Amino acid sequence: MQDTNLVIAGTTYRSRLILGTGKYKTLELMKQALAAAQPAMVTVAIRRVNLKDTSSQSFWNFLPEGLPILPNTAGCYTADDAIRTAHLAREALNTPLIKVEVIGDPKTLYPDVEATLQATRALVKEGFVVLPYTNDDPIIARRLEEAGAATIMPLASPIGSGQGILNPLPIRFILEQSKVPVIVDAGVGTASDAAVAMELGAAGVLMNTAVAEAQDPVGMAQAMRLSVEAGRLSYLSGRMQKKYGASPSSPTAGQVSTLTSR
Amino acid sequence: MKIVLNGEPKALSSNLSIQQLLDQLSIPAGRVACEVNLKIIKRGLYPETVLQDGDTVEIIQAIGGG
Repeated sequence: MQDTNLVIAGTTYRSRLILGTGKYKTLELMKQALAAAQPAMVTVAIRRVNLKDTSSQSFWNFLPEGLPILPNTAGCYTADDAIRTAHLAREALNTPLIKVEVIGDPKTLYPDVEATLQATRALVKEGFVVLPYTNDDPIIARRLEEAGAATIMPLASPIGSGQGILNPLPIRFILEQSKVPVIVDAGVGTASDAAVAMELGAAGVLMNTAVAEAQDPVGMAQAMRLSVEAGRLSYLSGRMQKKYGASPSSPTAGQVSTLTSR
Repeated sequence: MKIVLNGEPKALSSNLSIQQLLDQLSIPAGRVACEVNLKIIKRGLYPETVLQDGDTVEIIQAIGGG
């Protein structure tokens, strides 16, 4: 089975898995998980340098050389804050990529879609490659695509909840209408969730907590890599039609039994 | 003179450039971004951008996140 690579805004990526770098118990564990997951890119957050402890600079020593970085605007509650964070990210990391995340509510971490759209419009005009985190609403997904978003990244369930794809139907609607890659972002809890996303036809999956908070993050990272690949192959291969009843897998002719020799 | 650095008041002995401030804090310039009074200062301008009394300075970096 021949597959194409994930392409975002003209750049080809080696994998369809995007991994977050937060919540790992140690940076060494993160490094090993990244090696096992072989992700297309990793997300990072933009924060003030801790002036009392500048050792956080060593974060970079634990990232593989040349691995593409996707900065996010996590923690922003307004379009203006997201835009400001995107500019800081571009200056710090020398990348046009930005995962726009404008949160509307601290309990659900659901996106403020109006502000997300506003930030996306502004940043696209300034030459950013915008990957917006959004809810699973096909209408807002269309608006984001019209605004020039490089991908659409609908949530599967709340960020960090690990509940999997709670409502596949709207994600399917988004997949059917979108001309840009659709990457399922947030809510993946285990490998089968990633496979389900890929079987729906997603171009990729973005996750963090599912790997970082697994009992064995390195094992789960490998499971996620295999699951994304398996789900993608399964999607491309076209599943069988579901049937109402059983249908024997073995031929009925030539059977040695009292039933057929009678 | 006094500035506000990453949200905290900080006294400086003289009018430092951003580059001198980073050096004093042992922060490599390579992977940070600096904002003075909400305006991003391009990395190449750190040596010639001299901080003034009352400036609000942000030094940010990338850290682990989703």
